[in-house]
Amino acid sequence: MEREVQRVRQAFLSGRSRPLRFRLQQLEALRRMVQEREKDILAAICSDLCKSEFNAYSQEVISVLGEIDFMLENLPEWVTAKPVKKNLLTMLDEAYLQPQPLGVVLIIGAWNYPFLLIIQPLIGAIAAGNAVIIKPSELSENTATILAKLLPQYLDQDLYIVINGGVEETTELLKQRFDHILYTGNTTVGKIVMEAAAKHLTPVTLELGGKSPCYIDKDCDLDIVCRRITWGKYMNCGQTCIAPDYILCEASLQNQIVQKIKETVKEFYGENVKESPDYERIINRRHFKRILSLLEGQKIAFGGETDEATRYIAPTVLTDVDPKTKVMQEEIFGPVLPIVPVNNVDEAINFINEREKPLALYVFSHNNKLIKRMIDETSSGGVTGNDVIMHFMLNSFPFGGVGSSGMGAYHGKHTFDTFSHQRPCLLKSLKREGANKLRYPPNSQSKVDWGKFFLLKRFNKEKLGLLLLTFLGIVAAVLVKAEYY
Amino acid sequence: MDASPWMDPFEDTLRRLRETFQVGHTRSAEFRAAQLRGLGRFLQDNKQLLHDALAQDLHKSAFESELSEVAISQGEVNLALRNLRAWMKDEHVPKSLATQLDSAFIRKEPFGLVLIIAPWNYPLNLTLVPLVGALAAGNCVVLKPSEISKSIEKILAEELPRYLDQSCFAVVLGGPQETGQLLEHRFDYIFFTGSPRVGKIVMTAAAKHLTPVTLELGGKNPCYVDDNCDPQIVANRVAWFRYFNAGQTCVAPDYLLCSPEMQERLLPALQSTITRFYGDDPQSSPNLGRIINQKHFQRLRALLGCGRVAIGGQSDEHDRYIAPTVLVDVQEAEPVMQEEIFGPILPIMNVRGVDEAIEFINRREKPLALFAFSNSSQVVKRILAQTSSGGFCGNDGFMHITLASLPFGGVGASGIGRYHGKFSFDTFSHHRACLLRSPGMEKLNAIRYPPHSPRHLRKLVVAMEARDCSCTLL
Repeated sequence: MEREVQRVRQAFLSGRSRPLRFRLQQLEALRRMVQEREKDILAAICSDLCKSEFNAYSQEVISVLGEIDFMLENLPEWVTAKPVKKNLLTMLDEAYLQPQPLGVVLIIGAWNYPFLLIIQPLIGAIAAGNAVIIKPSELSENTATILAKLLPQYLDQDLYIVINGGVEETTELLKQRFDHILYTGNTTVGKIVMEAAAKHLTPVTLELGGKSPCYIDKDCDLDIVCRRITWGKYMNCGQTCIAPDYILCEASLQNQIVQKIKETVKEFYGENVKESPDYERIINRRHFKRILSLLEGQKIAFGGETDEATRYIAPTVLTDVDPKTKVMQEEIFGPVLPIVPVNNVDEAINFINEREKPLALYVFSHNNKLIKRMIDETSSGGVTGNDVIMHFMLNSFPFGGVGSSGMGAYHGKHTFDTFSHQRPCLLKSLKREGANKLRYPPNSQSKVDWGKFFLLKRFNKEKLGLLLLTFLGIVAAVLVKAEYY
Repeated sequence: MDASPWMDPFEDTLRRLRETFQVGHTRSAEFRAAQLRGLGRFLQDNKQLLHDALAQDLHKSAFESELSEVAISQGEVNLALRNLRAWMKDEHVPKSLATQLDSAFIRKEPFGLVLIIAPWNYPLNLTLVPLVGALAAGNCVVLKPSEISKSIEKILAEELPRYLDQSCFAVVLGGPQETGQLLEHRFDYIFFTGSPRVGKIVMTAAAKHLTPVTLELGGKNPCYVDDNCDPQIVANRVAWFRYFNAGQTCVAPDYLLCSPEMQERLLPALQSTITRFYGDDPQSSPNLGRIINQKHFQRLRALLGCGRVAIGGQSDEHDRYIAPTVLVDVQEAEPVMQEEIFGPILPIMNVRGVDEAIEFINRREKPLALFAFSNSSQVVKRILAQTSSGGFCGNDGFMHITLASLPFGGVGASGIGRYHGKFSFDTFSHHRACLLRSPGMEKLNAIRYPPHSPRHLRKLVVAMEARDCSCTLL
């Protein structure tokens, strides 16, 4: 393990990953891989999650292609130095921010979108000029295998490597030193990752989870609302970190909501959901049993059918759920949707704020004031109003959590920034030493005053300011040179 | 004192602050601006007191106190007041085809309860500048000033709270043990300035609660001096930044890298500069600081035994005085090249040319700052391109940190995160992605709903290719 990481570090130190042309080539190669080997990739995802080709393509592959194209288009601009605003003391100097790669980056993936959650960070890490060690989730075995097989065929074999394994291997890996770690997964392991990172002062991005609340106001079109929620909740059989975890609404709405979700489920997946090619399965027996246990003692409004052999759980809705029960104590990560009745939006807001900050928050209403209030009075990683999931899709948004749902963010340019060090640079000249006499000891009160002036003074009118301070600069230099001070 | 398990000195304070935050007390721009103005008044009303305290703690001259402590803090307060509303505004972002009709913006939100742990070397600056950011971002703040800079600690504990709303601000005191106890609590953000060793302890404690951190640490900041430059000018600049605050600056040039020939020219230039700055008897100059305490004094005095003293080398235990010193003939393995010096001692290491200098620098931990002096901008830019560090300044010392438009922070062992100016506000804010869609226009969503067919897939692929911005369609 240590040797592998060392090899990658040596590759980084060679400087090969830094030139723009190299990074673009690697990204183009990655794109070719996704296009040429689409069948293999889809087959792997499909067998891990019992997913249809359409779903695998539209949920994972499309986003990856979009990110690569976005990166290819914008990277040449991103790698350039960005000049910053200067003050009086630095007027004649060059001052800018230069993005630089961090070094060796570790990306630990999750099993629910096993391809996307590895490749999307990888794209940004490569774009930022780093070397990358990829650790796919062992639970999505086939994707882990295909990544280990395909990536070395298309990308530089020393700079980007895949390390597969379980808890033991991951623990060993975390003992090594990295320059950034991006982890997608659960809170418990998130803490372990951060603790391991602390030993080396390694910065981390932790994409975790939580229970994403979904508030449905009286004032809304329930047909549309329920369609959107059904889509987002049962996608990937509920195994989505930003799925609407539970619903908050007034008790009088429950029956209608149940009815409409039921109708929508039939429309989406047919009479016999089990036979729909668009409906996935639970990743493994352990999670299957876990989700099953959440149903105990609950009022199942519809759904609830299961089949252990195929790890099938039907789209399920629970009503009149007691907040103290198990289903409301952990992130469900399955096709079970509890409805917790509340009396009004005040109660809903309190309910949400009494709990850990979620990764996503959803609110459905025609009343924009209410939506605004929901946002103003709560906190979460992100928000989508009047829909679910969608804020994930816009890569001009930083995607990440807050509090126990995570720290840091990525997607689009934010991935590039996450994996870069934006280094502040000030380039002065060795000339005009006379002006520096102001700062050198022995000091005097007048030097203090001049010093403060140059440090703090602002001018409102740009051009006038420039003229005035050039004049002042000359005056100061002359006075100082004449040893007036 | 009996360390009863249920006696937690911080519990009440933290609960009180958290409750204030939860009711939304700190959210409005008016409230935040009032806090910042309070901070400004604290600096103005207590200026003399602060100067005296800094003189007492570190023998800082009025010049150093004013410029590097009071004025910098005042500048940050003013900057925040001027820009607060602009910084707080929702930031609209470019939209994709699918979200054209929606409202897409990033909302800047306070994290909640913020802990700021400050060091002793710039005890006012390094406490107040982060505080400005935390308050501007709308957080409640617990401040833990350094117990080592006692005079300033006293003023911060006794005077500062009177200028701020005490329902959302508290100062807690104590040493390593109390700080350890404090760190067991849950905060929503921790901002720490200090050594890498303690930085690890802070981050490990933060990990238990998944608390994000900014760690402003340190390291050995290399200073390369090319053969192609005027040794007197270089000597002026390097000496000023090295001996400022008696060398107790995280971004000071820690050691020099130059050729033996350059060293020969630099030594007399440095001697001339030191004499000009501090007179023939630097100990009696009002412009030279003192070492903060006995522990650090002893540590530094031991370093004087490394290599050979070329300039200075005197010390006085009673005064915690160490003369502006330059060491030569230093071996890499000696203590003075193994730890951050943090004192008025400047070792010179010999290298033959830029390549060797770059190699030397890259063998070591990434420093907080890096300096390169040369008449040739090519040389300067080459060093910049082939190394990494928190920040970089060509042909001067740490001037780059006086520019609020540049972020200040480390990389690798020198730190995580950054601040100053708007970067402080952003550091102490959660950037929340908000997408507000229309409750209608449902037909546009049709393509994403099952049941899916090959026709759907074709439609999707066509839509992908037709997009005019490279974002996903769904």
